[in-house]
Formats: sequence, C-alpha cells, structure tokens
Amino acid sequence: MKIMVAIKRVVDYAVKIRIKSDKSGVETKNVKMSMNPFCEIALEEALRIKESGFASEVVAVSMGPTQCVDTLRTSLAMGADRAIHVDAPSGSVLPLSVAKILKALVEVEKPGLLFLGKQAIDDDCNQTGQMVAGLLNWPQGTFASKVVLDKEKKVATVDREVDGGLETLCLDLPAVLTADLRLNQPRYATLPNIMKAKSKPIKKMTPEELKVEMRSDIEVIQVTEPPKREAGVIVSSVDELVDKLKNEARVI
Amino acid sequence: MSMFLRSRTNNTLRHLFTHPLFSSSRFIGTLVVAEHEGGSLTAASLSSVAAANKFLSQDNSLSLLLAGSGPSLHDAAANAASCHPSVSQVLVADSDRFKHHLAEPWAKLIHLVQQKDEYSHIVTASSTFGKNILPRAAALLDVSPVTDVIEISDPKTFVRPIYAGNALCTLRYTGSDPCMLTIRTTSFPVAPASPDSKTGAAPIHQVDLSTFGEDGNSKFVKQTSQESERPDLGTARVVVTGGRALKSAENFKMIEKLAEKLGAAVGATRAAVDAGYVPNELQVGQTGKIVAPELYMAFGVSGAIQHIAGMRDSKVIVAVNKDADAPIFQVADYGLVGDLFEIIPELLEKLPEKK
Repeated sequence: MKIMVAIKRVVDYAVKIRIKSDKSGVETKNVKMSMNPFCEIALEEALRIKESGFASEVVAVSMGPTQCVDTLRTSLAMGADRAIHVDAPSGSVLPLSVAKILKALVEVEKPGLLFLGKQAIDDDCNQTGQMVAGLLNWPQGTFASKVVLDKEKKVATVDREVDGGLETLCLDLPAVLTADLRLNQPRYATLPNIMKAKSKPIKKMTPEELKVEMRSDIEVIQVTEPPKREAGVIVSSVDELVDKLKNEARVI
Repeated sequence: MSMFLRSRTNNTLRHLFTHPLFSSSRFIGTLVVAEHEGGSLTAASLSSVAAANKFLSQDNSLSLLLAGSGPSLHDAAANAASCHPSVSQVLVADSDRFKHHLAEPWAKLIHLVQQKDEYSHIVTASSTFGKNILPRAAALLDVSPVTDVIEISDPKTFVRPIYAGNALCTLRYTGSDPCMLTIRTTSFPVAPASPDSKTGAAPIHQVDLSTFGEDGNSKFVKQTSQESERPDLGTARVVVTGGRALKSAENFKMIEKLAEKLGAAVGATRAAVDAGYVPNELQVGQTGKIVAPELYMAFGVSGAIQHIAGMRDSKVIVAVNKDADAPIFQVADYGLVGDLFEIIPELLEKLPEKK
C-alpha cells in the first residue's frame, strides 16, 4: 500500500505576523516559512506506518509557488520516498481547489491512505481533508490522535479528538485521515538524511495537467489587526486582586 | 450609477421571490444544521440559530435540520420548533445511521436536503461536529465553505480570524448557493428567551430518506468522555486554566478546587495536556477550544500565541505567573507576579463563595 501525505508551506508557527499596510494580507516576504506543524505530524505517522511494514511507499505532495519545493525537500529528509509539487501561483489557493488537486493526484497515484494535517496554521480553515474525502467518496477520520491499521481486513481504527472526549471509528480503506497534535511527535531530519533527500525525485505538475480548474468563490476584502486589549494593571497582592475582581470588574 | 444598478438588481430579486413559482413550493432560506443532546438543542446549535437570524428577511426563512433516532430526537425536534420565534420549520431525519456523528451519512443528508430545498445559506456551529461534516457536504455541493465566522456583515460578507486570531480577514462569498458557514459560538451569544416568544411552534417535517442509498464505509466503535459536574468549558461564565507550572496532575487539583469554588470550568494549556495533567478536551487555544468567558484566570500560563488565540476575547483576564516578563501579562487585565503554589491557597481562602 502507498500512502500519500499532503504538505503545506506556511509562516513558521513562532513568528509574530505583520499585516501589510494596504490590508491585502499578511506579510510573507522575508518571513521564516516552515512545514505546517499538523502536516509534519501527518507525515510522521505515514512514515511510522511504512516502518511497521504496513505501507511500501510514502509520497509527499504540495501545491503552491516554487518555494514549496523546499518544504517537500524537508519531507524527503524526514523519510518520504518521493514528492510531487503542483505548481500554483502564490496567493490564496482555496481548500476546495486543493481538495480537487489531491483527488486528481489520488486517481493517478492510487494510495490506500491519504494523510493531511487537521488544519493549516495560517488560514485556520480545517476543511481540506474533509473536502477531498467527500470528493473521493472515501471515509474520513478527522482530528486523529491514534491510528491502528489492520492490513488483512483493510480497515483503519482511528481515535478522534472530539469536543466531549475521544471517539473511536473503524474506516474501510482507502480512507482520508487528518492528524491532530496528539497523534505523535515528529522526528527531526538528520544531516545524512538531508543529504540523501537531495537525490530523491520531486515531480513537477500543473493544475492544467491534472485537469483541475483553479476557481475561487471567495474574495478577500481586507485583512486587519484584531482589536487591541487595553493595558492591564499589575496588582501586588491576592487581597488587591480579589478586591478588583469584586468591586472594579464585578465578575465575582 | 452603481447605486442605481444595485437597486435594480434588488428589485429583480424581489420580483423573483414573490413570483408564484417560488412563494409556496419551497423555502428560500437558511438551514441550520443542529446538534441535540438529551432531547434539546445544544448550546452551540442555539448560537447557530442566533447567527442564522442575521440572514432573516421577508424572503428568507429559517429551517432547522435535526437527525438521529429514538425518542430523544423527537423531543429535541419539539423543543427546537419553539426554540426561537424565527424558526419556520424543523426537518427531522430519523434513522439509525445518524445516531452517531459520522461525517459520511451526515454530509450526504445535507446534500440531499439542499438539492430538494435549495437554501441560500447553510449554517452550523464550529464544533468538532460542524468542522467534521460541513466541509465534506460543501465539497459534495461544489462550493467553498467559510469556517469559524465571528461576524456577519451582510448575507455574503463575513469576518473570520486567521493566523491564530492575530489577523481578522473580511471576505465575500461570490460562489453559487448555498453559502456554507461554521460560526464561532462565542461570537453569537444566545438571547435569553422572552416569555412571549413561546407562542406557536414551527411545523416539524420528516426528511424523505427513500433516495438515501447505501450506507457509508465507516463505523462508530465507541465514545470515551469525561464525566464532569463542572460547567461546559465552551459556555462557562468563568474559566480557570492551568499551565505547565502546575508541575503534576496532583498539583492540578488545586486548579480544580479553585474552579469549584468559583463555579468555573477548568481549562489547560497544550503543555499541561501533553504532560498528562489533564485530558485533551480541556485544551484552550488555536487547536483546542475557543472560549470567551466573563472571567478567565490563567495560572502558570506563559501565554504562547497559540494559547492566546483561544481566550483573547474573554471579558476580564487574570494572570498569575512567577515570570514578570511572561507574554500573558500583555493581554491580562489584572496580573499578579508570584508563586502560584502560594497564591492559589490564598485565593481559595479569600474568594467569596460562588453565587
């Protein structure tokens, strides 16, 4: 079985973002970019499944501008076997288009499992995995914190993080899974593996080749700063705190 | 010129809506996909109804979709029919396949209902239920959904946070119907029911499932939930949160004790969850729960971007931390620099009993 993992290049999670002065978006020039943390977790899980003998190959895919190749190179250094870069102009590619591209790639590559992160930390959409599962008519295991595969029965048992606790589902393969934070601890790429990754193949494709029309039905009007909170005060004792909460804020 | 054009379009639309073909044969309206529990709508679903009211007009009515099986579904439908005066009908899909929140049958159900009734908007709460099913249904309908909406400016213009709430994005939906949204429940508070709003319950209709077809390829196995006497984290008036500085699950009980005294819900940072002090579902932040209580008290929480994302809209924020430079103090209304192991016991002693 082959596993396909979708990877997104985003502004590094530790960066304090700046909004462009024309309010058209968030500044991404000269800003540290990294693999979306949830994608790292998805990739790590795919690699572990391969290492336990349940999968033969891990293919990393990414769509976006040329620089996505760097992120794919990172995934190869972590252990993916090969990568596919779908060249799309920078700017916002909506989850629906990404889902359509992934569906087209699935039809070419025929993986038994498609792994994604549960959300990208830039657009915070939390949609792509669900959408591609819908388009493929595959079952979905979103917000996964544990995945157990049964090769004989061709099913995946997935623990999902839901509002009230945990939910366990049994999905027929092929299936789409989206990774939650608690699924695993991603590995670091070692120097020898980074060197090895340089010779691994990255195939370049275009949406046109995959016959996917990049349509957009959402128009960004503006991106602004959230309202600032007014400066608070530092109190010196528990008594003062209780007094303020009681008599000034009147919340207790 | 543009004013003229706009008003003409509106007139054309109005004409269309009052055309006999459209007036009685179907609803031009908003569909709220609701969750129910114990025979009533969940608080999150009531927030979705509050959000959907923003789309109401003479030509736009509000329908509720409930699914599940057994008597609790029908109790919930009866309650839903009178939950808000603007609800004009309740659709009920009664089948065992909706008993659990499996995305496959739910998305198919939304698709089925939309094909029949052609709603202009489909709204659900941004709960794990809504986030799981709505994008799948949107893909089946070939439209882009908008998740985690915090403001509805007009029927096609919305505001949603991006980059962990560090930026707000105003966007316009330009695609075809339906416009599909999940809403952030803390941004759409439920108005308390006025005594005279109970007049007249909306009609309840069964969804025709004869064309539903084969069942999906996923099965529910089990649910593990934490039973708790405390209020729900998402809707609590007061939230008390502990971070890594609590050092152990045993020490975390101090937070629980404090919460009990305040009648508060307990929250946690990612670090506290990862260290195993408390279960995952208590995590507050970009990837956990988003809360906006009247009072948020953070103990031993440094205030990472991802945590702030989940609580920045709280009315009053209190932070207790040993480190005077901790970023949490930048968003706190009241900060107290000190050792939480001394401060919490003192607070327990000095806080008034909960009302």
